[in-house]
Amino acid sequence: MTGGPAQPAIEVRGLVKRYAGRAVVDGVSLHVAAGEIVALLGPNGAGKTTTVESIEGLRRPDGGTVRVLGTDPWGAGRDHRARVGVLLQDGGFDIRARPQETLRQYAAFHAHPLDAPGLLERVGLTAAARTPYRRLSGGERQRLGLAIALIGRPAVLLLDEPTAGMDPEARAVTRELIGAERARGVAVLLTSHDLVDVERLADRVAIMVAGGIVAAGTTGELTRAGESLEDAYLRLVRASGEASVPTAPTAPTAA
Amino acid sequence: MSADGRMSAAPLGRCVAAQVLVELRLTARRGENLLALVVIPALVLVFFGSTSIMDVPGDRSVDFLLPGALALAVFAAGMVNLGIATAYERSYGVLRRLGASPLGRPGLIGAKVATILVVVAIQAIALVTVAWLALGWRPTEGASVVVLLATLALGAIGATSLGLLMAGTLRAEATLALANGLFILAVVIGGVVVPTTALPAPLATIADLLPFAALSAALRMALGTAAIDVAPFAVLAAWAALATILASRAFRWD
Repeated sequence: MTGGPAQPAIEVRGLVKRYAGRAVVDGVSLHVAAGEIVALLGPNGAGKTTTVESIEGLRRPDGGTVRVLGTDPWGAGRDHRARVGVLLQDGGFDIRARPQETLRQYAAFHAHPLDAPGLLERVGLTAAARTPYRRLSGGERQRLGLAIALIGRPAVLLLDEPTAGMDPEARAVTRELIGAERARGVAVLLTSHDLVDVERLADRVAIMVAGGIVAAGTTGELTRAGESLEDAYLRLVRASGEASVPTAPTAPTAA
Repeated sequence: MSADGRMSAAPLGRCVAAQVLVELRLTARRGENLLALVVIPALVLVFFGSTSIMDVPGDRSVDFLLPGALALAVFAAGMVNLGIATAYERSYGVLRRLGASPLGRPGLIGAKVATILVVVAIQAIALVTVAWLALGWRPTEGASVVVLLATLALGAIGATSLGLLMAGTLRAEATLALANGLFILAVVIGGVVVPTTALPAPLATIADLLPFAALSAALRMALGTAAIDVAPFAVLAAWAALATILASRAFRWD
């Protein structure tokens, strides 16, 4: 089930994840509606990837609840996974496999996948379609990961650093692709260190520091007059080390 | 499409079949795999079958050597090839990625087991062909195709479980070293070239309790070149069960 209009496509409440007794995610709450892009920002080690992996169903939460399309992703069935497109930070593809093989492989896991050659062309990988994964550049690997995330026409996209290692043109293409998914009604949660991309793409932003969300809202809500998102991000992250930063009043569950 | 109009997963059988094709293609692409899977067992068979360096039992050395080469090939496929490949897939995040896909973890393990069964079938055809053409091997009267296939399948499942146990619990480099070390152990005391009866007493007892010599002995019975004895089958089944239970409990996906 997808839930009614009141139920977001992604809903996280009080998420806690501990490693060796230490909470790397500590009480995170956020939501993403259908047709919305939310960016999760924060310094390295803030807990962004662990949060996203908990939403992907790869990590079992130690506290709180996670619902994706109304389903607990931990232990969710194959049909649920078919509706969630995932781009992992570390790729996760065989170094000997070629992009066209990997895309066909993942297409076969879906009942009604997109056309694989057409998708390779859309992400700009046609020229590298037969190049082994180990010889792809960082940006090409990200484009393959994005194509894999899109191949099953997902209702939810979870993208960990989708533009990492890309040149400006590839980043622009990636932004267009993600924007097109939003227009299709897909709920998108992404992490990024590229604040220019985030400023152009995200409807809302949540900033994580040390396992918790310290600020959340639209870019307009988070920035002061004359500030870029990067300025606001640095101010909020630095302030979080001294005192807790209130979340924007229009963000009911932090994000 | 599912009932609510959203996209759904392909049937599990189709997912597994697609994954088996990928696994076979990638296996064929690794040159070192082909060396361990076919070339080394075939060389052992032809070299020791056409020379008299080793004194093997029976009238024709090929009758002793073919089951041994088949056993070596099974462990090369399930324990060495699959174990090492899966260990590196784990370290590269491939297992985690595929486990999060509609294929899922049970589908992925099923595909890996099915792949090894296909690889073992290809190896068996290749080695029997080499034995037939190069060494004049012919099946004896006591040979049973059904027992042969069942024994190969049991050996393949045991070897695959050992490979997955290493891949899912050790670092990739440690799996690489241990799998190759066990492969050498299989050649030396696995009843492949040297009968375990020719080993010193304590070593012979240990060798008979290991799965390598058990599979060699069971295959000799299946091919009718040794008297039927339940012990090797029991040892093999016990190893397969133990490795499967341990692998299913201890396997880590990342």
